Amino acid sequence: MKRSLIITSALGALALALGGCATPPPTPTAAPSVPASNFKACMVSDAGGFDDKSFNETAYAGLTKAKTELGVQTGEVQSKTDADYAQNVKSMVDAKCDIIVTVGFKLGDATEAAAKANPSIKFAIVDYFYEKPGKNLKALSFNTGEPSFLAGYAAASLSQTGKVGTYGGMKIPTVTAFMTGYAQGVAYYNKAKGKDVKVLGWDDTKKDGSFIPGNNPFGDVAGGKQVATNLIAQGADIILPVAGPSGEGALQAAQASNGKVGSLWVDTDGCVSQEKYCAVIPTSVGKAMDVAVFEAIKAAKDGSFTNDLYVGTLSNSGVYLAPFHDWDAKVSAETKTELDKVKADIIAGTIKVKS
Amino acid sequence: MSSTTSRPAFLAYLSQYWREWAITGAAMVLALLLGAILMVVADPEVSANFAYLFTAPQLALGGAWAKVAGAYSALVAGAVGSPEALAHTSAKAAPLICAGLGVGLGFRAGLFNIGAQGQAIMGSIVAAYIGFTFQLPYGLHLLVAIIGGVAAGALWGGVVGWLKAKTGAHEVIVTIMMNYIAAGLLAWLLTTAAFMRPGRMDPISPEVQPTSALPGIYQQFHLGFLVAILAAAAVWWLLERSTTGFAIRAVGLNPNAAATAGMSVAATTTITMTFAGALAGLAGVQAALGPSANGVPVPLTVGLVGTVGFDAITVALLGRSRPLGIVLAGLLFGGLSAGGLAMQSVAQTPLTLTMVLQALVVLFVAAPALVQTLVPILKERKSKKVAMAGGEA
Repeated sequence: MKRSLIITSALGALALALGGCATPPPTPTAAPSVPASNFKACMVSDAGGFDDKSFNETAYAGLTKAKTELGVQTGEVQSKTDADYAQNVKSMVDAKCDIIVTVGFKLGDATEAAAKANPSIKFAIVDYFYEKPGKNLKALSFNTGEPSFLAGYAAASLSQTGKVGTYGGMKIPTVTAFMTGYAQGVAYYNKAKGKDVKVLGWDDTKKDGSFIPGNNPFGDVAGGKQVATNLIAQGADIILPVAGPSGEGALQAAQASNGKVGSLWVDTDGCVSQEKYCAVIPTSVGKAMDVAVFEAIKAAKDGSFTNDLYVGTLSNSGVYLAPFHDWDAKVSAETKTELDKVKADIIAGTIKVKS
Repeated sequence: MSSTTSRPAFLAYLSQYWREWAITGAAMVLALLLGAILMVVADPEVSANFAYLFTAPQLALGGAWAKVAGAYSALVAGAVGSPEALAHTSAKAAPLICAGLGVGLGFRAGLFNIGAQGQAIMGSIVAAYIGFTFQLPYGLHLLVAIIGGVAAGALWGGVVGWLKAKTGAHEVIVTIMMNYIAAGLLAWLLTTAAFMRPGRMDPISPEVQPTSALPGIYQQFHLGFLVAILAAAAVWWLLERSTTGFAIRAVGLNPNAAATAGMSVAATTTITMTFAGALAGLAGVQAALGPSANGVPVPLTVGLVGTVGFDAITVALLGRSRPLGIVLAGLLFGGLSAGGLAMQSVAQTPLTLTMVLQALVVLFVAAPALVQTLVPILKERKSKKVAMAGGEA
């Protein structure tokens, strides 16, 4: 008795939810704006997954763009652990992909081995570089120190307490590049303006700083919040988290401060990817991985693929400082002019951002 | 457990456990059905067609069928569809079986070994270190690396047992804390010169020497899987045929009665946790020395063992803490993992959905009462004696 009641109500709910009585459109008007191609572009994420609102997601946007704009077929695999990479890259080889883009330095070994074993397939890897890449292997790297320098300058100008902070997910070059550029930007501000804004969480002479402890530093929002809260307790009022999804902890801590603290975002424009936190994000340090990935896929499709190292810089817009969005009014016109000048100097090479 | 029956073991087993097998089978079917519904609902292109369910059913049902059939055929093909797929499944299953045995053995002594993760990490650290540091001949190198890894796991587990026996410290708390220590230790070691790969700044170790890798037999099917089966046989012998195993089961059923009967609960606790740690350590050895898809073992990194220690808890529960059950549960998990990859790469099913499907299988298999409610034919008649599943956790 009871069971039939449950089934009836479940069916009723299903019918309600799905409608079920509409008339289908006459014929599927499938007129794609670009002709479909047989070229297949594939991507393998690292353990962060394509929904990390940061690193993998930005690279994935490049694949989605290639699908819509170039009409290529796509394939994708998300990795669960470090032990899966070789297997996952192989599964994309088996799926007959023409180019395989791997996301993150952690896939460095697996990508190189697969590129050697499959010379007819093109490979591209985000955030890594090889001394001697094979003919079918392109590394996509990004000089994130440059926009971080600008972010440091902006953060120093915004700080009320005279202290800014930063923390990383793990002490690895792709993370510390942000932190060291940021610290140098603050130092440059101090020198130019005769101020003494301190950087907490990164010591540029010792090349060491605050990192999230534990097993899963890039996926630990609570851990990120803990480190951010510590920095705030020490007086920092602008924070740069360089920790993928864990950076959300800094956004939460900033939101809890009622406007006293701002938190920057990395890899992509935080006001777009982390929309609900836009009010606490002064600006973001962008890394146009989507553009680099898209260009690599396009080149492979056109036959103009090379194994030359790609480096994203301020000059080629491969890296950028995002707009100020909600904070636009708080950044003085003076600072904005200075930032433009600093950016021009970095591009011209008169300011050198050391890694 | 009625292991002292005089009937032929297989028949006795069949008559006693057929219902459990049927329930497990029904659980799988239910999980796949629910997974199919989720797959259809989660795909906007397919679920949109359900708006025309009554006007143009072929659109809705055909689309849904294509989606579900594609995903499940990829799952089956990826898990058992070819010799290569079977090899992949065995490679995924081997560490799960080892760690599952470690957790299951603890359950039989009434101990909740949540620390398989840390024990596996310790095993992987020592096995990998021996593997990439020393130069030893074939055979000997592998043997030393395995023994080192197993010993590290045994130590990590044994400490917990000893603390529980001497001070009464609860093993759940201590093992969880030991997990953190092991993970932190690994993260720190990977920043030291002894573990870091020359020329790299990120935390990754050198590759282990070929002399210490578990030799492959066919593609990813390697010696480690046979070691896992041997370990399961050893645990069966320990539990069912040895005096120590009798003490383990007695303490698990009722520590007070066991103590009254003259068994040392403290010693049994320490021994059980040492063995459990050794088995979980063996899982870490498998992760560090087992060849991956490109033929060489994966170098030591922070995430090398993944979540094997936590998956092992599910494997042990699914296997009802019995060695044979754990082997089968490990194979099921390995197959779901290998097939899950094919669902992603071949059928374009997102990783989250394949993980939900795995979770559904576990949910239904671990909740026989739920399955019996949904499939009443599997309900036991009231007159029959309820099967005593002693030693179950």
